[in-house]
Amino acid sequence: MSSTAIKKRGIAIAVARKDLTIEWNSRILVNQVAPFAAIVMVLFAFALDNDGILQRVAPGLVWLATLFSMLVVIQRSFTVESADGALDALRVAGVDMGAIFVGKAIALMVQLFVLELLLVATAVVLYGVEMTMAGFCEAIVTLVVATVGLGSVGTLYGGLAAGARGRETLLPLLLLPVVAPVLIGATRATEAAFGSGGTTVSEGWPWIGLLLVFAVLFCAVGTVAFGPLVDE
Amino acid sequence: MARQSGTGTSATRRLGILVILMLAGLALCGLWFSAEDVVQGSTVRIMYIHVPSIWTAYIAFGLTAVCSAVYLSGKNRSLAWDRFAGAAGEIGVLFVAVSLVTGSMWGRLTWGTYWVWDARLTSTAFLFITYVGYLAVRQLGGTHRQRARRSSVLALLAILEIPLVHFSVTLWRSLHQEASVANPNAKVALDGLMLFSLFLGLVAFTLLFVWLVLHRQRAMMLEDAFSDRGLDLAITARRNEAGA
Amino acid sequence: MDTVIELSGVVAVLGQFPALAGVDLTVQRGEIVLLQGPNGAGKTSLLRVCAGLMPIERGTGHVLGIDLATNREAIRSRVGLLGHTNGLYLDLTVMQNLQFWASTVAATASEVSTAMATMRIDGRLAGVKASQLSAGQRRRCALASLIVRRAEIWLLDEPHAGLDAAGRDELDALLRSAVGSGATVVLASHERDRALGLATRTVTIDGGGAA
Repeated sequence: MSSTAIKKRGIAIAVARKDLTIEWNSRILVNQVAPFAAIVMVLFAFALDNDGILQRVAPGLVWLATLFSMLVVIQRSFTVESADGALDALRVAGVDMGAIFVGKAIALMVQLFVLELLLVATAVVLYGVEMTMAGFCEAIVTLVVATVGLGSVGTLYGGLAAGARGRETLLPLLLLPVVAPVLIGATRATEAAFGSGGTTVSEGWPWIGLLLVFAVLFCAVGTVAFGPLVDE
Repeated sequence: MARQSGTGTSATRRLGILVILMLAGLALCGLWFSAEDVVQGSTVRIMYIHVPSIWTAYIAFGLTAVCSAVYLSGKNRSLAWDRFAGAAGEIGVLFVAVSLVTGSMWGRLTWGTYWVWDARLTSTAFLFITYVGYLAVRQLGGTHRQRARRSSVLALLAILEIPLVHFSVTLWRSLHQEASVANPNAKVALDGLMLFSLFLGLVAFTLLFVWLVLHRQRAMMLEDAFSDRGLDLAITARRNEAGA
Repeated sequence: MDTVIELSGVVAVLGQFPALAGVDLTVQRGEIVLLQGPNGAGKTSLLRVCAGLMPIERGTGHVLGIDLATNREAIRSRVGLLGHTNGLYLDLTVMQNLQFWASTVAATASEVSTAMATMRIDGRLAGVKASQLSAGQRRRCALASLIVRRAEIWLLDEPHAGLDAAGRDELDALLRSAVGSGATVVLASHERDRALGLATRTVTIDGGGAA
């Protein structure tokens, strides 16, 4: 029993490492997704050109940009699987679907985390956000917990949309309503961390609790539900 | 072969007649006999369809979840459960749409605006979109079993996700709005006939839902049987092709 | 003899199209069976059914004694399927692809290097991205990852496609040695003469039926 658990962990790590190696070799995140996210932040500034507004809504914009970029990253994560029938080959090899889920989710989380750091940095530079030390710590915790939730739920629904060949348009419809709690929770927590609109750091922690519930729930559910959703 | 017209049986026909009579009664009670509300005037009458339709939608989505769970847990995995789940999902989406439309009409008359970012409204909108997605997944194609497996897993995910969305939206509003917009029921002092009308509406809509689900489920069964028949013909054609 | 594949009246569906309209097939251990038939006859679907990848709608089937209708997932880890696609990650190098496959089936580094040497994709090619390989070289990679998997039944869909003459000889030698060590091979190929020389038996399928 424990040997299969070790085997699954090995597969999950192999899948995560494989996805990150693909990103390292192709640099899609660095060369395409990150510039896209940055330009979205600049466009927000054009659309909301008003003194003080940007600073106040910066947390929401960071997370909106994250969600939009995440859609692109998820599509990419499953395009590499279907381009040459690799997911089929994994399936024929009898590789455990739950382990594949964990591996792909971890790789997605790492990429999202890098992206979010970049977006927060952009907000600090472009929108004039100022953080205290406590606020900075809270921001990091928020990023980590929100990313775990987004990565797991994104992999779950990404797999479903990828199984439905040629229906990539389905992903936003399925995914965006589900991640509403993350958008709400992460935005409020980040507001507290940024001190936007006079909020204090301590107001953020309950929201991080909400993010934590979401993350734990979808990590557990995703491991079970991924196989039936993706398999034929 | 017995003559079969449509998807009805004598039982559903009787149920249908009962539903029509009750809806007519609801219209009379709601629009004519019951009194205007002291505060809201005639706008209170929207409540008689607004409340029953959201009630029905909750029943429908609950049924979708239960049928999906039974489908997944059952040994023989009967497709009938999947069809019931799908039928209930479709009708649930319809009733959420009705309650959103009637709700915003009521809001326009009472609050002067079609939409407010009230927690209940917002999470109902999410409920609507979630099940529109569920219906989209049902349409993805593949075999009946593929459809059943995908959509039942998704229905169970939706049931997990809805409380979380509702909870977070409620938390979101409570923080930013001191006086939350009260729900319609709280403001209304219901007299006997108004209460009766509301109750009649709940019963009538529930029975209407049962009637619709039975018919839709049978229609889906016929659709599945039709495509199975098409498959039989295609198999025969392929065999003949091979023999020729 | 030991029956490894036993299909009877199998119907398999792609969408609403009957890719297989009632196929019977029996394969004994140690055979090299060649599936013949025109394009669209259902050869690919038959191989995918045997791999436990495609569900069967009607009929009965057992692969390695496992029931296709109830437990087809259990078959997968014991067979190897080479389909039209190669199952490679195009942004990974040859070496990275094989290492990944090896880690999913717990194969050792020496098994990987043996497989790469057998398919002659070691040396300079090992560090080349799969997207920059020729079709034949990709096929070699896919075959190498199949070797790593130590399958009991090899299901090969057009394995000769894209390979050069030397590669085809190497493939044939590989399959013969696999059979020699207890494996079974089912292949579909349009390289008729070569495949006939390799196969111990030929099965014709047409219009999704027969056999």
